[in-house]
Amino acid sequence: MIYLDYNATTPLDGRVLDKMMPYLRDYYGNPSAIYKIAKKPKEAIAWACDNIAELISSSPAELIFTSGGTESNNTALFGVAFSHKDKGKHIIISKIEHSAILEPAKFLEELGFKVTYIDVDNYGVIELNRLRDSICEDTVLVSVMYANNEVGTVQPIKEISDICRQHGVYFHVDAVAAVGKLDINVKELGIDLLSISAHKFYGPKGVGVLYVGEAVALSSFIRGGHQQDGRRAGTENVAGIVGLGQAAKIALEESARDSKRIVGLRDKLEEGIKKKISDVKVNGHPLKRLYNTCNIYINHVESESVLMNLDLEEICASAGSACATGNTNPSHVLLAMGISSVAARGSIRFSLGKFTKDQDIDRVLDVLPGIVKKLRQMSPL
Amino acid sequence: MSNTYTDQVLEHFKNPRNLGKMQDPDGVGKIGSPECGDVVWVYIKVVDNVIVDCKFQTLGCAAAIASSSMLTEIVKGKTIEEALAVTNNDVVKELGGLPNKKMHCSLLAEDGIKEAIKDYRIRHNKNM
Repeated sequence: MIYLDYNATTPLDGRVLDKMMPYLRDYYGNPSAIYKIAKKPKEAIAWACDNIAELISSSPAELIFTSGGTESNNTALFGVAFSHKDKGKHIIISKIEHSAILEPAKFLEELGFKVTYIDVDNYGVIELNRLRDSICEDTVLVSVMYANNEVGTVQPIKEISDICRQHGVYFHVDAVAAVGKLDINVKELGIDLLSISAHKFYGPKGVGVLYVGEAVALSSFIRGGHQQDGRRAGTENVAGIVGLGQAAKIALEESARDSKRIVGLRDKLEEGIKKKISDVKVNGHPLKRLYNTCNIYINHVESESVLMNLDLEEICASAGSACATGNTNPSHVLLAMGISSVAARGSIRFSLGKFTKDQDIDRVLDVLPGIVKKLRQMSPL
Repeated sequence: MSNTYTDQVLEHFKNPRNLGKMQDPDGVGKIGSPECGDVVWVYIKVVDNVIVDCKFQTLGCAAAIASSSMLTEIVKGKTIEEALAVTNNDVVKELGGLPNKKMHCSLLAEDGIKEAIKDYRIRHNKNM
């Protein structure tokens, strides 16, 4: 099997699983308890916290553990909106956000908040002038993703944060697709809130983090017990948090090295497809793009047919975001980039990772041209 | 139905029956547009009011390809009237079901044969 869908999820790093196992098997104590067997889990959470803080250059006290990227995003949007509703009820997001931002934003609209959706250019980069012009007295939050999960385009985060600073508006960044791949320093970048998910960089599913800068007032989203200083109730997912901490440690030590190899494979894949198949076009920014992502439009084919044929060859790839599979609408990201619905329906995404091998790319370049040829022959157009 | 395809759908996707352009057809039905996702063309050859041959070409997802392929098998050998009575439900039934979000793909097949018959009648001055 050849797995090229790392933006959907990644396999667990073996070292992450090893680190997690004792907390699933032996150290079951509730970290909030007072006795000795609660000490190990409590220390492990602190250890994980330190690693994640180092990964994004925050303070450990500024991190809230969540059930994943979706909860982090929900907490950021609802938390800021509800805490600051007396100051204003206007939020700004981009048109290419993940559904874990779009849907909470839509719900805020139902609750009487106003949401502005900022356009992106043909590469998927947010239009800064539009952002600047959209900020008004009533604006409390801007939320823009660090890098897009579908096409990989990386946003000008520093420029956006400068605009937010000038206007005294909080800035949330959905960094789920970027953390573990890119160097992120929340302080230098002027980020107020940042979402992280473990399973996008070789950690376990079901755990994530929301960074909340110490100056940010945030109402809690999940209410209940006093865990995490009352900022997020619920007994901590200790094994998951330890796994996230280990994934962060590995990313700190190895991701720069891995990235050099992965970008070479991605470029080889892209160049190979362009050489072997006619009428194709890469979607996303040519340079400001995640080094592992290749989103490509293949004219005169429909993406699902290509993906199913790849699956028959034991190759896993996707179209758009995994969450949209089974959805018959073309990608909202590609449409927002001005790509026609025909082209959007013919676009597929390969996302590579640290376990991708050179032979994997050779195999894709071996079978994909035949699949496209077969499908084009089937088409009446 | 779940989001996964049945074995019959996969079989017709992998090995489509009666695939390709027909030379000198008696009727052609052209359905769908690439903007909407799927395009299906159905070709028929008619002798003494019986569909003696049926072929298709499809640009679309696995469900669209399998539905068109199955349709050609169903209508071959049927009279014009019998073929007009074929619905998308007949196609879905033969395929062992389709995911809910893909049900519209089977409609393309039904509409495809209806359009092909309409085209045949116009070309041959048959009463509608």
